[in-house]
Parts: sequence; C-alpha cells; structure tokens
Amino acid sequence: MVDAKWIDIGPVEQLPALGARTLPVQGGQEIVIFRTATGGIYALANKCPHKGGPLSQGMVHDTSVTCPLHNWRISLLTGEALGEDKGCVPVIPVKIDAGRIYIDRTAALAGAV
Amino acid sequence: MNAPVTLKDKQGHASPDERERLVVIGNGMAGCRAVEEILARDADRYAITIFGAEPRVNYDRIMLSPVLAGDKSFEEIIINDQSWYDDNGIELVSGDAIIAIKRDAKEVVSASGRVTPYDRLLIATGSDPFIIPVPGHKLPGVITFRDLDDVDKMLTAAEAGGHAVVIGGGLLGLEAAHGLSLRGMQVTVLHLMPTLMERQLDEAAGFLLRNELERRGQTIITQADTAEITGNSHVTGVKLKDGTEISADLVVMAVGIKPSVNLAKQAELEVERGIVVDDDMVTSDPAILAVGECVQHRGACYGLVAPLWEMCRALADFMTSTPSGYAGSVTATKLKVSGIDLFSAGDFSGGDDAEDIVMRDASRGIYKRVVVKGDKLIGAVLYGDTADGSWYFDLLKREEDISDIREALIFGQAFASGGATLDPDSAVAALSPDAEICGCNGVTKGQVVACIDAGANDLDSVRASCKASASCGSCTGLVEGLLSISLGEDYGGARTVTPMCQCTSFTHEDVRRNILEKELKSIPQVMQELHWTTPDGCASCRPALNYYLLCAWPTEHEEDPQSRFVNERMHANIQKDGTYSVVPRMWGGITTPNELRAIADAADKYEARLVKVTGGQRLDIFGIKKEDLPAIWADLNAAGMVSGHAYGKALRTVKTCVGSEWCRFGTQDSTGLGIKAEQMTWGSWMPHKFKIAVSGCPRNCAEASIKDLGIICVDSGYELSVGGNGGIHLRGTDFLCKVETEEAALEYIAAFIQLYREEARYLDRTAPWVERVGMDYIKGRIVEDEAGRKELQKRFLFAQSVHQKDPWAERVGGAESHLHKHIAEIRPFTVLEPA
Ligand SMILES: Cc1cc2nc3c(=O)[nH]c(=O)nc-3n(C[C@H](O)[C@H](O)[C@H](O)COP(=O)(O)OP(=O)(O)OC[C@H]3O[C@@H](n4cnc5c(N)ncnc54)[C@H](O)[C@@H]3O)c2cc1C
Ligand code: SF4
Ligand code: FES
Repeated sequence: MVDAKWIDIGPVEQLPALGARTLPVQGGQEIVIFRTATGGIYALANKCPHKGGPLSQGMVHDTSVTCPLHNWRISLLTGEALGEDKGCVPVIPVKIDAGRIYIDRTAALAGAV
Repeated sequence: MNAPVTLKDKQGHASPDERERLVVIGNGMAGCRAVEEILARDADRYAITIFGAEPRVNYDRIMLSPVLAGDKSFEEIIINDQSWYDDNGIELVSGDAIIAIKRDAKEVVSASGRVTPYDRLLIATGSDPFIIPVPGHKLPGVITFRDLDDVDKMLTAAEAGGHAVVIGGGLLGLEAAHGLSLRGMQVTVLHLMPTLMERQLDEAAGFLLRNELERRGQTIITQADTAEITGNSHVTGVKLKDGTEISADLVVMAVGIKPSVNLAKQAELEVERGIVVDDDMVTSDPAILAVGECVQHRGACYGLVAPLWEMCRALADFMTSTPSGYAGSVTATKLKVSGIDLFSAGDFSGGDDAEDIVMRDASRGIYKRVVVKGDKLIGAVLYGDTADGSWYFDLLKREEDISDIREALIFGQAFASGGATLDPDSAVAALSPDAEICGCNGVTKGQVVACIDAGANDLDSVRASCKASASCGSCTGLVEGLLSISLGEDYGGARTVTPMCQCTSFTHEDVRRNILEKELKSIPQVMQELHWTTPDGCASCRPALNYYLLCAWPTEHEEDPQSRFVNERMHANIQKDGTYSVVPRMWGGITTPNELRAIADAADKYEARLVKVTGGQRLDIFGIKKEDLPAIWADLNAAGMVSGHAYGKALRTVKTCVGSEWCRFGTQDSTGLGIKAEQMTWGSWMPHKFKIAVSGCPRNCAEASIKDLGIICVDSGYELSVGGNGGIHLRGTDFLCKVETEEAALEYIAAFIQLYREEARYLDRTAPWVERVGMDYIKGRIVEDEAGRKELQKRFLFAQSVHQKDPWAERVGGAESHLHKHIAEIRPFTVLEPA
C-alpha cells in the first residue's frame, strides 16, 4: 500500500543480527538498513563520509558500523563519525510496525530526481 | 475438570435496586482486578455482572506455567473463588462468551442468547495467541498456551510421552518448553530470531540461557523459520524453510499475542492495535471502558500484569471518585523457569549517548549489564544473579539521579549504597591469608604471597608459578594488588603487554590459551568467559576471535560470518569504488587456453573494467558489481576454476618458475612442487595472508626469498626458508633447513604453516612473528622435534580436510544469497518494487 509518510520495505527477519541490507533508490542515494545484536533497526545513506566506502559491508558492533575501507566508525543513531574522525552520513528515520520495516519517504527520496 | 460455575440468571431484568449496572466482559486478571479495586473504593456503587468465556472462576494466569511444570495445582492459583463473587453480590456468568455489544440499546448479547443491559460496560477480553497460518496449523495436536484448557491438553499429550515442538523462544514458549520437558517429553524449541527472548535479553544473556536450556536436554534451533506442520489426522512433525524436518507428537505455538478486539471493532469503537483508551481507561464511547491486554494506551499495548494493576487503579479512581489518570508503565520481565534467574527491564539497545556497564563473572555464571544515559539508569539485563533486579527497576522507574553511585552501580545495591570509594589495595590487604584469590585454580592469598616471596615479581611469573589468574583472569586485579602490597616500590606496575583490543585486558596469547583450556567454541562464549567489557566486541577483536576459534576447533567452532571482514564475507576484494575484483586460482601459476577463454568471456560478460596479471602470477578481474558476483563465480567454476582466496587471510598463491622441465639451469621440478604445495594448502585460513614460492635454482626467479615460505631447489634437494615479506617492510627469509625429497618438503611446509596458524597473533604476517619468537624456537619446533612436526602436519591436514572448500561454489549453490541482493528497491514516482 502506498502510505503517505512511510514506505514499507519488508519484514524485519530479512536482516540477520549484526547484518545489513541495501536499498537502492532510483535516481538517488543508495540506503543501507542495519540490524544490531539487540534487534535495533537503523538506516543510513550507504556511503561513508570519508571516501565513500559502502557502509553496508562494514562490521556492526553495538550501535555503530566500521567502514570496510579505512575503519572509520560511524554511529548508526546519528550518522556521525565517532572518535577522532569528523563527518556525517544522512540518517533515514525508520519505524517497525508488526514486524515490518518502514522508512521515511521524504528522507529516503531526498536528492532523488 | 472444573464444573461450570454459573449463578442463577436474573433474566436480565433491571435490578430491583437503583444502582448503576456495571457489566464486565472478561473474567480474567484485569477484569476481576478492576472489580476488586472498585469494590475497595465503593462497595455499593454498582450492580455488577461478569461474563467469562472460560467455564471457571478467576485464576492467576501467569501461574499456568507452574501448573504445567507440576509446581502448583489449579486450586492453588485461583484468585477469587465462588464465595468471593457471592459475598460481594457479583453475578458471574462463566462459560458463556459475549458475542455482541449493542451500543444504542446499551446491552450485551452472549453466545447462549442472553441479553444483559448496562449503564457502564467494561471490556477486559485480554489477548488472543498468534497462530502462524502455515499449512497444517489446524491439525489436532497443535495448540497454543493461553488458558487452563491448553494446559490440560498439554498434560494429556505429555502423558503419552514423545516429542514436543514449541514454536517461539520467547517468555511463554520457554516456559511451555520447560513444563513439557519436566513432564517427560523430548522438547525442541524453534525460534525465528538468532537470540532467545530477543525482546528482553541481549545477545550475551540469550546465549547463557540457551546454554543452560541445552544442558537440561532441550534442543534449541534459532533462526528457524517454520514452513509447514505435517501430519494427516494428527501432527507428526514440523518442516522448516531450510528443509529441516523435526518429528512431533505435540506442537505448541507461542509466537506472540494480539489484543482481543473483535467485539470492540464490531461495536465500532475506536480500535488500532488495541482498543484505544484515554488516561481514565475510557474508550471512544463514554459509557464503555476497557482495561488489560486488550487496550492501547498512548500508543502502547502491554503483555504483562504489572501495567494492568496500574490501569485498574486509575479506572477505579475514575469510576468511583476522583480520576487519577494512568500515565503508562515501564515493564520488567522475569523468566519463571526454576533454577534460571533472568531479569530484564527498560531499554538496553544502547545508543550513542548511552553507556553500557557490563560485568561478567564466568565462574559463577553471572552476567549483568546496565545501561546509563546521562545521569539516569535506562535499562538492565541480569542473568544468574537477579537479586538486585528490583532495585535497578526502582531506580529506572523513578528516574533517579545515579551519578553519585555510578562507579559502583554494577555491583548492586549493597555495594553502591555503601557509598565510600573503596581503595582496592587496602581491601586486598584486609583479606585473611586463606581467603581464596583465584577461584579457577583454588589459590589462596597466602599461596600468592608465598610465590611472590619466592621471587615472582610480575603477573606473568605469578601465573607461571602458582597459576593464580592464569585461567579466567577475573582475579587479575587482586593479584596485582598483592604484588604491589608485597613488593612496594619494586613492583613494576600492571603488565605492560598490550591487550588484544579495548574490549578486554587479555593479550592475544591469553585469549588463545583460554580458548583451548576452557574449550570455548563460540564468540559469545569467549566474551562471557573472559569478561569482555563491551556487549558485542569491536571490528578488531571479532575477526580475531573468529579465526582463533576456527583454528582451535576446526570441526566444532561456531562460525560467525558477521565477524568476518567484508572481503572474506563476500569472497572477493572490495575496491575503492565499492566494486569487487575476482581472482580465480591458477595452480602454480599455470593456465590453459580454455581457462583463459573462460576468463576473457567472464570479463566481457560482467563488464570488467580491467584484467591485470598480479605479482603472484594470477589474473585479477576488476570492477565486478556485488550483485554479479555469484554469476561470475558460477561461470568460472563451470570452466573448472576455484576461488583464489585473493581476498582472505589465507593461503594466497604459490609462485613458481619453470624449473628443470624447461629451464637450462633448473635442478628440480619447481612448478610441479609448487602445484603440489598449492593443492595441499589452498583454502586454509591463516592469521594473515600467506604466500609461497618455489624457485628451480639459486637464481631464484620466483623470488622465493621474500615470501612467507620460500623453497629453493638445489641439486641435492630443497632449501626451505621462512618469514620473508615484500610488503611495507622488505624482509628476506631466514633459513630453516634443507630436505632431500619433495615429500619431506611438503611435510615441513604443512608443519610450519600449522605452527604459524596456532601461535601467531591475528593480523601478524610471518615476518613479525618469526622476529618475535626467533628462529631458534621455530627450528626447535619444526626441525629438531620430529614427533612434534608430524603432529603439526597432522593437525594441519585434519583442518584442511574440513576447511578446504571452494567458497565460490558454496555461494553459487545458494548459500547466503541475501548478501548479494538488495532488500528492496525504491522508485520515486511509482510503487516500491521488492527485489
Ligand atoms: C502461560 C502464561 C504465563 C504468563 N506469565 C506472566 C508473567 O510471568 N508475568 C506477567 O507479568 N505476565 C505473564 N503473563 C501475561 C498475563 O497473564 C497477562 O498479561 C494477563 O493475564 C492479562 O490480563 P487480562 O485480564 O487483560 O487478560 P486475561 O487474563 O487473558 O483475561 C481475559 C479473559 O477474558 C475472557 N474473554 C475474552 N473474550 C471474551 C468474551 N467475548 N466474552 C467473555 N469473556 C471473554 C477470556 O476467556 C479471559 O479469561 C502470562 C500469560 C500466560 C498465558
Ligand atoms: S630459478 Fe633457476 S630454474 Fe627457475 S627459472 Fe630461474 S634460473 Fe631457471
Ligand atoms: S571511506 Fe570509510 S573509512 Fe575511508
């Protein structure tokens, strides 16, 4: 169903714990959905603020992901680089309802043509 | 069985008295509690009738688990017996469900056709169990766990023995499983998520729980997605989506509950997930109220009793005197499985500004984690010792400022309320000489002091002489305290060796030793036993632990794909633009026209942007998209090639020259030996990448003197040397020995690799490792100790017998295909396309 604010992208179980899946946006920035060990679901633009590394391929621990290219650590909550590094990735609001993942339409399409 | 208890019906005529008529639908925990609260405030205000679908009086539903487990009888869990209804003038109509609410006429209709008018109506219908609508869910033998009838069915089934499958590893499912297993059934629990009770527990606590349940004989299968329940006239088994089949004489579905809202919906009350109520528990119709699991208050539905009590108080205040308003609840959970202490409350999913404090005491089987945000406690998970659960829960509910006791918070109330900051050294000094310091090895304070007096002057020497702190290491602080008290100025201070990472105080060597000694076989187990200070490690320790486990227990370790670096997870090299490069193996650097054609075709077909000859004599195909990886591997596999592991901490290449077959200087068949070496060693995971080269004569065209292991063929045999590196720090190999036959050369290669695999730190190439341990040590183990060498070789070949697999072929076969697929795709102006 087309919901005005939220886009349904499927059931939570498609994400393994500590794993990630990608979500391409036609004409826009690819999104990555993460799942933490405790079941938290977060979405970011799939691009490290450093040199554009695909965060979807990084290692998730606690509520951060380590970029696979140069080990920058990015917070899943704020999109900000942690520690000494500076930079920020767009965060896409997510909600879970009845076991399905919904992402914020406006944020997901930001920048899409 | 309990006979239905029905009071003589008053035919629904308006009561002779003038009191307001209150009708309650639901004779459960919330419905009756609400009535009790109302009576306590104003016993004469209402003429009350309670309808219950179950044919019995009001009982304590949460005690059904002990009834199933045989710890209690039904009589013991009755809350209000018939005399309570009688004494309070309440009319109980049990075993007759309400089937309609007529709001216009202000009356309810029951299944037996009875019509009862009301002035105020209270809905307390609780919830319905979720049933996964897989094929076979209606077969006899498939039941839920909600009321006494379900318990009776389970007990009847258990009498016949056999297998029970419980679908759902949450609170209810585990309690059902426990009960059934105490009643003598073989129990298998299927849980969709990777962690049991994932809503209440974090991974570590879930892991401990799982271990304990398995120890008690239950079979737990996580990530188990039920596809079908099989059987013709009665259940015979459960089939999972991955094809696994489990036989079953009884299937209990305990996958969750949903508020029971059908009646309210038909009556066109406002219903979302539950019946929507305000802070006074009033629904969208002012004459109708609702409490319990069937309601939704401020967006939340609850599945535990504590919030119901609070709701009932607010409801009664509103219905009798001054509204007090319900403001929502924070909930805490305990598992009622005897012998397992488990507590969870609040939010422990962490967060940026939230800080985790973790304490693990492996010897006592205790795990505690509290989550602090700002100066407040926001969550707690306790396993093994839940004595402080209520104290934490209280701090949490009252949002108390905990900044003063923060340091001591994790140690619990007794300690934290003590307030004073204890000086750890004086605490150790105060211990008596026969106080136990190291629980693992049973070493007392007196023994530690004696070994310090005898000359031990640092932690390692204490560990070596009396074993204190040498096992789990939780007593390290105490031993260091004793060192500093006994030696004073002379004590060099805490160990300077660097721990593995910030999540632990153990060195790589400590961790590896413990993995072997304590037979640790999974990452959560290591983290628990060795007191990791973070909930799930970091990007530096996790891959190392994964490797140490697979090296120590080739057939038994629990592989964790999420702890592999992207290249190993994807079996290809990630490049700077996020595409991948793919290198098929070419044994000893040899290829054929057919292989070249296949590589060329693949490069065309998947639009490779570059094909490059590598330094290790292979062809590297660049610019392949993540989605295309399985397809290009399938094509290369079909042409007879396997993965070159060019991405792994693994055996990479064996570089060769042409040797005696073609070269006028060649002394031996260097290419042939290279191929044999590669066929023996490919697919082996290592602490870091590993390269071999074989040159046919001392001219060394294969550059064997800068490889991890180099072989130079000479007239009289083979010269082996090790520890070379052509990387950032150029290093030539050190001579190991000379052997006479190919067979001997292969034996030494296997033994050296295994020694490196077993003893080097993760991410150490051979060069720094050889420098650290010294060639004398390595020669001692490989050259001088023949029996030891053969043992090493044997262990290597054993590991190879299980690990030498082509990961590409496994992926092509469909393993982990989700890693290569998008979860979905978004197209801005059309509808979402699931991928
Ligand atoms: C096995 C088990 C163990 C549990 N353990 C715990 C625990 O350890 N801790 C905890 O906090 N909670 C526990 N719970 C949850 C707790 O029991 C519920 O939160 C609580 O019972 C909810 O109360 P309620 O009155 O809303 O619903 P219920 O107690 O379910 O009462 C609803 C009643 O309404 C009746 N009814 C429904 N529809 C109609 C109708 N149309 N007409 C007439 N009657 C109707 C039902 O028959 C039922 O008797 C457990 C639950 C179960 C099943
Ligand atoms: S190393 Fe010796 S045998 Fe091999 S190619 Fe060079 S010269 Fe010939
Ligand atoms: S691009 Fe992410 S760390 Fe460099």
